[in-house]
Amino acid sequence: MSENQNPQPSRDVTPHGGDGTLAQADRFTDPGVPEHKPRLTDTDPRSAKRNERLIVLIFLISCLGTVGSVVAYFAVRPDGTTEGVRLSTLLLGVAMAVSLLGIGIAAVHWAKTLMSNHEHVEERHPSSSSDEVRAVVANQFKEGGKDAGIARRPMLLGSVGLALALFPLSIAVPLVSSVGGDWNVSKFRHTMWKKGTRLAYDPSGRLIRAADLTVGSVAHVIPDVPAEERETHHWITEKAKAVVLLVRLDPRDLKRDHREGASYDGIVAYSKICTHVGCPVALYEQQTHHLLCPCHQSTFDIADGAKVVFGPAKRPLPQLPITVDDEGYLVAEDDFNEPIGPSYWERLK
Amino acid sequence: MKALAARRHHRSAPVVLLLLALLVTGGVYAALAPSPAKADTASTADIETGKKLFQANCATCHGPNAEGTTEAPSLVGVGAAAVDFQVSTGRMPMQMNGPQAEAKPPQMDEEQTAALAAYVASLGAGPAIPTDEQVDGSLGDAANGMALFRTNCAMCHNAVGAGGALSEGKFAPSLFETSDRNIYQAMLTGPQSMPVFNDANITPEEKRDIVAFIDEQREGSAGGLSLGSLGPVSEGLWAWVVGLGLIIGAAVWIGAKSS
Repeated sequence: MSENQNPQPSRDVTPHGGDGTLAQADRFTDPGVPEHKPRLTDTDPRSAKRNERLIVLIFLISCLGTVGSVVAYFAVRPDGTTEGVRLSTLLLGVAMAVSLLGIGIAAVHWAKTLMSNHEHVEERHPSSSSDEVRAVVANQFKEGGKDAGIARRPMLLGSVGLALALFPLSIAVPLVSSVGGDWNVSKFRHTMWKKGTRLAYDPSGRLIRAADLTVGSVAHVIPDVPAEERETHHWITEKAKAVVLLVRLDPRDLKRDHREGASYDGIVAYSKICTHVGCPVALYEQQTHHLLCPCHQSTFDIADGAKVVFGPAKRPLPQLPITVDDEGYLVAEDDFNEPIGPSYWERLK
Repeated sequence: MKALAARRHHRSAPVVLLLLALLVTGGVYAALAPSPAKADTASTADIETGKKLFQANCATCHGPNAEGTTEAPSLVGVGAAAVDFQVSTGRMPMQMNGPQAEAKPPQMDEEQTAALAAYVASLGAGPAIPTDEQVDGSLGDAANGMALFRTNCAMCHNAVGAGGALSEGKFAPSLFETSDRNIYQAMLTGPQSMPVFNDANITPEEKRDIVAFIDEQREGSAGGLSLGSLGPVSEGLWAWVVGLGLIIGAAVWIGAKSS
């Protein structure tokens, strides 16, 4: 309710040490509960009546809100259009808000203006049991130990201890072994790109002709696999590593490749996985040849070997070596020659 | 056949054969060659008007014959679609230098824009202005458009096309107010920072699917106030300032003594 008016000194400031008066001098006097001031509604019956009517009014508004929400539920059904769903949700929400806020505001206003506002003091009870009860319980424990014969039968104690100590393994072993899936980190070193894999558009899977890419084009690329394989779960994990961003620059703008000879006639293919924490880097600015990562603004210069020009990434993006096959389609010449994505501790082993 | 075989040593036989071969080659070429992408309706008068407009409004930066200068790129081969996009959205003629040319009320009316487009298209083949049917979102598949938008566009233009920031003051604009034709043309021509998505990369049907997806986003969110669809920034601001403010206000009111 209000401040504790306990006249006795509380336990945590009990004077200790030899000189009790020193600790006592540090204490300030308990100011007690402030003087009770009557409210306007306590003294003026007309004001009390007015507030009573106000509270009734707010409760009635709440009733109207409830009725309104039921009416809105039946009158305005979501008809499948965006606007219909929005209108239905809006009306239901507003009606329910009026209904619940009405109850809450009226109840608080009632408590503040009309209910008693006199301060009451409740003393705390000691939380510990009496000394007799504690002695009895301690004795019971001793008796129980004696009855069970723990002291006389050490094998029994050992076996129960062993059983209890072993049991958590049945939970801990499956839990720990399933953390992190499997521990085969070597799969981060390789993607499904290999010599001769054709490049395909994501998500349609159409093949890409070098001649079709105009200067300034960007294509989001996946390895060419049969359409049914693209429905599998295995594909999703492989795609997550293999995605590539293909950019065609004017060959005069291309200063250098990250991997010697990996580009083809101004067409460069870089891993789309950021070397910082693995977000898909795909914001390509055609005029500056800068490739931005949307997560932490790492910026790579595609014209200059995907060198990091800004942001927290530490390494250039791995480059996929590409060339053109007999039919004019873009094909990979090899897998990436370094692990794609963020650094990890076994990367350089 | 015999008569033909008998005359194969005739003096004029090589000439006749050569003429026949040329005729066949020309005919096959005419039948099979890809039609050059040009505004078909451009008349010589349009091109003349366009040239005058170009020299008055654009030549300062793009050069008297649109060959480009150190200030601005060459317009030879950019096509009518690029001109229509830049001029009808008011981006060109550019008002002032800045990180990028921003959309503003167009300076040219439709006729002038068409004339300029016809002139630039006459300089070299480039993408033509798409037809109304090509850009009609109601004919497209919005679900496929969403898959394509997510892969190719969402990283810059936001998941629903609300736009987003690039580097050094540049930005990808919101697409809610952009016309279907302009969306299509932007993909086709790759204006400013935006890369090109030509018809081999995203086919005309797929472009229309993307337009259909954007059209659906214009209706707003069924969930109510979208707060600009900007995600955690605007939503967080709302929750922390407005939401927590209301809760603190209610706590103060409940705790205050009534007088």
